[in-house]
Amino acid sequence: MNLPVIIKFVIDLLAVLLLALGIKGLSKVKSARDANRLAAFAMSLSVVGLLSYYLGTSGIAIQSWIWIIIGSIIGSLFGAILAKKVPMTSMPETVALFNGCGGMSSLLVALGVAIFPISGGQENFDFFKSLINEVSISVSIFVGAITFTGSIVAMAKLQGWLSTPGWTQSKVRHFVNIVFAVASLIAFFDLINGNTSSIWLLVIVSSLLGIGVTLPIGGADMPVVISLLNSYSGIAAAAAGFVVDSQLLIVAGAMVGAAGLILTQVMCKGMNRSLVSVLFGGSLSAQITASSGSGEYTNITSCSVEECALTLEAANKVIIVPGYGLAVAQAQHTLREVTKKLEQNGIEVVYAIHPVAGRMPGHMNVLLAEADVPYEQLKEMDVVNPDFPATDVVLVLGANDVVNPQAKNDSSSPLYGMPVLDVQEARTVFVIKRGMSAGYSGIKNDLFDLPNTSMVFGDAKKVLNDLIGELKDLGVGEK
Amino acid sequence: MSFISLLWVLLLGSLLGLELIGKVPPTLHTPLMSGANAISGITMLAALTLIVKAEGNVPLLIIGSVSLGFALFNVVGGFFVTDRMLAMFSRKPSNKK
Repeated sequence: MNLPVIIKFVIDLLAVLLLALGIKGLSKVKSARDANRLAAFAMSLSVVGLLSYYLGTSGIAIQSWIWIIIGSIIGSLFGAILAKKVPMTSMPETVALFNGCGGMSSLLVALGVAIFPISGGQENFDFFKSLINEVSISVSIFVGAITFTGSIVAMAKLQGWLSTPGWTQSKVRHFVNIVFAVASLIAFFDLINGNTSSIWLLVIVSSLLGIGVTLPIGGADMPVVISLLNSYSGIAAAAAGFVVDSQLLIVAGAMVGAAGLILTQVMCKGMNRSLVSVLFGGSLSAQITASSGSGEYTNITSCSVEECALTLEAANKVIIVPGYGLAVAQAQHTLREVTKKLEQNGIEVVYAIHPVAGRMPGHMNVLLAEADVPYEQLKEMDVVNPDFPATDVVLVLGANDVVNPQAKNDSSSPLYGMPVLDVQEARTVFVIKRGMSAGYSGIKNDLFDLPNTSMVFGDAKKVLNDLIGELKDLGVGEK
Repeated sequence: MSFISLLWVLLLGSLLGLELIGKVPPTLHTPLMSGANAISGITMLAALTLIVKAEGNVPLLIIGSVSLGFALFNVVGGFFVTDRMLAMFSRKPSNKK
């Protein structure tokens, strides 16, 4: 072994170690930020390792440098700008977009190697070696393409640019997707048989498969899909590692792939959905209209902001249940104003965070942290659920399915079994909502019919602003 | 590297990934996803290899460069956005009371 090889070996080993520590650290609140930086450092280290290896062995041509610099500058610049500019509420679609681009990168690498076989490394062209090469190229293209188109569709759906077309809810979609899958299999075997042109068929049908699989999935399940696609992009990276013979790529890709899978499973559990039903069950709301899950509300009590303020003023303990509606209305800062006033009056305020509040697990925590809500006030579902009977007022802001008692009481409900917040146990529940429309799942919420529930209709931000005014009139929080 | 040892690398890497994420508080799901996502942009190394080994083949250089761009978009954007999210968590103690 000569020096450059040893140096690269050591650097690769170090990078893997740091990446593993990074992922590990990202799963704890205290160490998360440092861990993220550690991972970023490990990534740059791996680039330095690779470049110095080539400098020490074959050298890097000027022309190569030029293209490296062009690609790096453009990619990094766009990435950095988007990351700085994007609002926190659109985090899920941003992750989807980044993820899709990672998949695209693997796809392009494999495509490049397939069209122009890299010189060197393959002089001893034996059958076994070329078979492995073709298999890994195919896998890289297949997974990369699915990741790319799937992520783009997921992003478009979350942004509201794309709705769920009706035909995708019928059985036809399974047939269409099976056709795509079989076609990619044919292209794969054709490629192994030495027919290089079938690579384009593989690119096209696996891209279509990515679209076909993601399109029927409803908005509520999108986070799970993004997490799964994130896992896929890891697999695509590992496959690209086989293509260019890089252990570092394989380890890092496999780590991300496996970790993404676990995360996907955790999310599914939080939403009471199985991965299979997310992927093949179609949109949840479509199932409900088919069954008799919906019904009319019979006992709605609506009340004014003033009443709400009076009740809040008399309370000792208040629990806030924030949902995605709060984020859409950009009302997290206004909410913080309200709770500040209540706290100044000696009222205990806690935020109950359902595992899938917002659009992604943990999304709501990020949004509330942005509004300076102290971390200690955010309570997870299991911690806060026993507190509801001793709570005077619960404010439900833009949350719906996660507070539906049906999930506990009605075994015929599609929500049955999903972990929910037991808000109905509290003395008074105020639901701030724009109208009577159903939540993500499209299911009627039994909570709204309960005698201790009052609806305050209006946009979350406006209602909260009015609430601040009312509280001020009552002299709450003025000392 | 022989194919078999690469398979071992794949296997051990997957096991490591499965082990690393045992208990994650839901708070961190989104940042973790986005951080792991940034790491999957490691394909930038493959893109770099492609460019270095292209030996003046211009179409290959372009493919490599575009691939590198996509990968770095993923990496740089991913890490920045994760940091932005996590910065909000670490700000909390100063705002108590």
